[in-house]
Amino acid sequence: MARGIRDKVAILGMGCTRFGERWESDAADLMVEAYVEAMADAGIDRTQLDAAWLAVGFEATSIGPSSIPLSIALRLPNIPVTKVENYCASGTEAFRGAVYAVASGAADIALALGVEKLKDTGYGGLPVRSRGLVYDMMSNGGTAPGNFAQLAAGYRARHRLDAGDLKRAIGHVSVKSHANGAKNPRAHLRKAVDIDTVLNAPMVAEPLGLYDCCGVSDGAACAIVTTPEIARSLGKTDLVSVKALQLAVTDGWELQGDGWDGGYVNTTRQAASRAYQEGGIRDPRGEISMMEVHDCFSITELVTMEDLGVSAEGRAIHDVRDGFYDADGGIPCQIDGGLKCFGHPIGASGLRMVYEMYLQLLGRAGERQLKDPRIGLTHNLGGMPSQSVCAVTIVGRHGE
Amino acid sequence: MAIGITRFGAYIPRLRLPRAAIAEANAWYNPGLKGMAKGERCFANWDEDAITMAVEAARDTLGESSRDDVGQLVMASTTFPFADRQNSVVVKEALNLPDAVAAMDVAGSQRAGTSALRAACLGSGGPTLVVAAEKRAAKVAGEAEMTTGHAAAAFLIGEDPVAEFLGAHSTAVDMVDHYRSSGEDYDYNWESRWVREIGFGEIVPNAVKEALSRLSLKASEIAHLVVAGPSGIGARVAAQSGISATAVADTLAATMGDSGTAHPLLLLADVLERARPGEIIVVVGFGQGCDVLAFRATDRIGSVRPLLGVRGWLARRAEMRNYARYLALTGALDIERGIRAELDQQTAATVLYRNRKAVLGLIGGRCTKTGTVQFPMTRVSVARNAHEIDTQEPYPLADLPGKVLTFTADRLAYNPNPPLYFGTVQFDGGGRLTADFTDVDEGAVDVGMRTRMMFRIRAVDEVRGFTKYFWKAAPAFNAKVA
Repeated sequence: MARGIRDKVAILGMGCTRFGERWESDAADLMVEAYVEAMADAGIDRTQLDAAWLAVGFEATSIGPSSIPLSIALRLPNIPVTKVENYCASGTEAFRGAVYAVASGAADIALALGVEKLKDTGYGGLPVRSRGLVYDMMSNGGTAPGNFAQLAAGYRARHRLDAGDLKRAIGHVSVKSHANGAKNPRAHLRKAVDIDTVLNAPMVAEPLGLYDCCGVSDGAACAIVTTPEIARSLGKTDLVSVKALQLAVTDGWELQGDGWDGGYVNTTRQAASRAYQEGGIRDPRGEISMMEVHDCFSITELVTMEDLGVSAEGRAIHDVRDGFYDADGGIPCQIDGGLKCFGHPIGASGLRMVYEMYLQLLGRAGERQLKDPRIGLTHNLGGMPSQSVCAVTIVGRHGE
Repeated sequence: MAIGITRFGAYIPRLRLPRAAIAEANAWYNPGLKGMAKGERCFANWDEDAITMAVEAARDTLGESSRDDVGQLVMASTTFPFADRQNSVVVKEALNLPDAVAAMDVAGSQRAGTSALRAACLGSGGPTLVVAAEKRAAKVAGEAEMTTGHAAAAFLIGEDPVAEFLGAHSTAVDMVDHYRSSGEDYDYNWESRWVREIGFGEIVPNAVKEALSRLSLKASEIAHLVVAGPSGIGARVAAQSGISATAVADTLAATMGDSGTAHPLLLLADVLERARPGEIIVVVGFGQGCDVLAFRATDRIGSVRPLLGVRGWLARRAEMRNYARYLALTGALDIERGIRAELDQQTAATVLYRNRKAVLGLIGGRCTKTGTVQFPMTRVSVARNAHEIDTQEPYPLADLPGKVLTFTADRLAYNPNPPLYFGTVQFDGGGRLTADFTDVDEGAVDVGMRTRMMFRIRAVDEVRGFTKYFWKAAPAFNAKVA
């Protein structure tokens, strides 16, 4: 394996808007909001930026083509700006671009920003869109919750679970996230819910009810990265550095080949395994302090716990119900409220997750602050379980 | 060499509306419907039309027999989805018939089905597949809503038949008992008593008598008389033609309704399922004249059976009493569909042409080196650890049984018949597809359920008037969780 990027890049500053129904804001307003916070945190001015990456999921409604909208909105000094899109991993993809630029030495300081304006589409839930002319002709009419509900059917069959038991376990996932999100002023949904509310909510795609689905919102998040040396030269003392950053993309085997049973996500297993190797993590359950995983739907979070190797095979349902991933559990998960409470502005979500890890590692998470976290993991899953792109990022205190 | 029907089959949609439901919903407007409120009518699901029903009837007919030697394909309908895109060619692609097929659409009359069958029996040019399919729209609270049904029938015509073609006689008379002008959705009907008296009382019996005379057949020899039409009309034609009343074939009015130009053929397919060697069958088609066709069951009758056949399809039924839902599914109700129905459904004709074998024929690929089956066929094989290039051969998946690997009932998705059931189907022998499901009952799907693929409407591009077809998974005829 390549040498990787462990500890080569530090986070200099971050920003994140309030996520929600930002009726008053254009995408450009959200970009500026996240950028201003990140630049103030970094303590630099725009002339010090060498390159930038922009992530957007639905380009037509959010900003249109190219990287120009970011460059204009932030008045970047004619530096290289790259726009990326990789389904729900788009935000992490922008982060990866900036981190790699710094790690390679091509840039001293780079910016990654993700933004999405979902509430200008007229849809509740994600808008319907083409996946390409060829794909569309041989596809189905399912939605995102429909695609991820397949995972529940597959997981239930894989482990021979009672449907009611699984429904209650994924219900706990959402109850836990709502409890966390209620404490976060940047979250979209800030109301705790009880398990009965979750279980009795209207069905969206069986077995996923309304509270098994993440919110839909507008938002932006921004990271500025540099080398640990430059960060120190700029006066930073406590550094958060990137330990690993891995992306795994399906080769089509799950959907086209034979053998996958639909009860796990192959790309998550691939990305996690490589990230642990890159980051020097030998015992994920023992070493990871906290996680922000891709809880687009409650079932995704539950299954991801096994795919990340944090819960043993078939044990996630028990860990979830035992509170292992609650705020006071063994590995707090979605301590900021997750996609469940932030909603999922596609381009921004990956960076929003890193933002929470960054705040926690620096002890700046306020009411949500965990005790002495050392290693944080973020996880994005784009596409659908049968045809996915997965990003796993590990960040931690630099020098540890 | 005797020519005639070598294989036969039919298709009847699964949905059934009790006529009492029509009468009850419309009693305020047309209380007279109550007198017709017996039995049930069949109707096509929202994703079925004449093309999809024709495909199923042809599959019912052909079964597992080879399709490679079919030389001609004739499709009859008065409800073709396309006025100018040969409908039979879409059927041909779905059936994976060879490209070297002479295809033809026959339309314009309720007699189109019998005329197509007659032409096929009289013609030459290799085995001919004749398909008739009909999905007539009926106005709310009109008599036609009670009497019509949607269905299809198919025959393979060739040598060594199960029913030898004895000959035919046709007349052409412009009697406008009803008509439908180009671009109109509904029939306009003239007084039914006149149609009975002159149409079925004169034009039809005269043609039958002339046919028997020309073919040197005695009326007493006729074992089965197939006449589609108003209630009791077969008996009247029989009486006026000297044919025994016991020969009159059941019109299936009680269980499905009249399927228009497909109906005489569907009734013939039904008769062939129980005909005995030597029996003579006369089939009548009425509409601006009359077709009379005569067949004799051979010793081979009984040796060839359709997949399900008329009675099998009738047994595969799902009652739907909800009249509003029937109206919505048949397109008669402008139901609020929401923003998800607004997705642009434009078809790139170039893409469809390149991918027609996969889209219309559900042809996948099988790697000649590893044996791995996949859909769609691609240049680089999906086989794990053996991504061979250009090693795949076409591999038809449409007729392979499968089972459900994953599924959900999606209530967010736009679907004319919610919820949208969809999921991944694993084919027996390899290959899989994530597909929409159709003809499913709520709560009846589970992992492991056995499936059968069906050719259906995937979506309609309403802006450009283009129907998009693809394959969907339906519960196998006797679906059980494996």
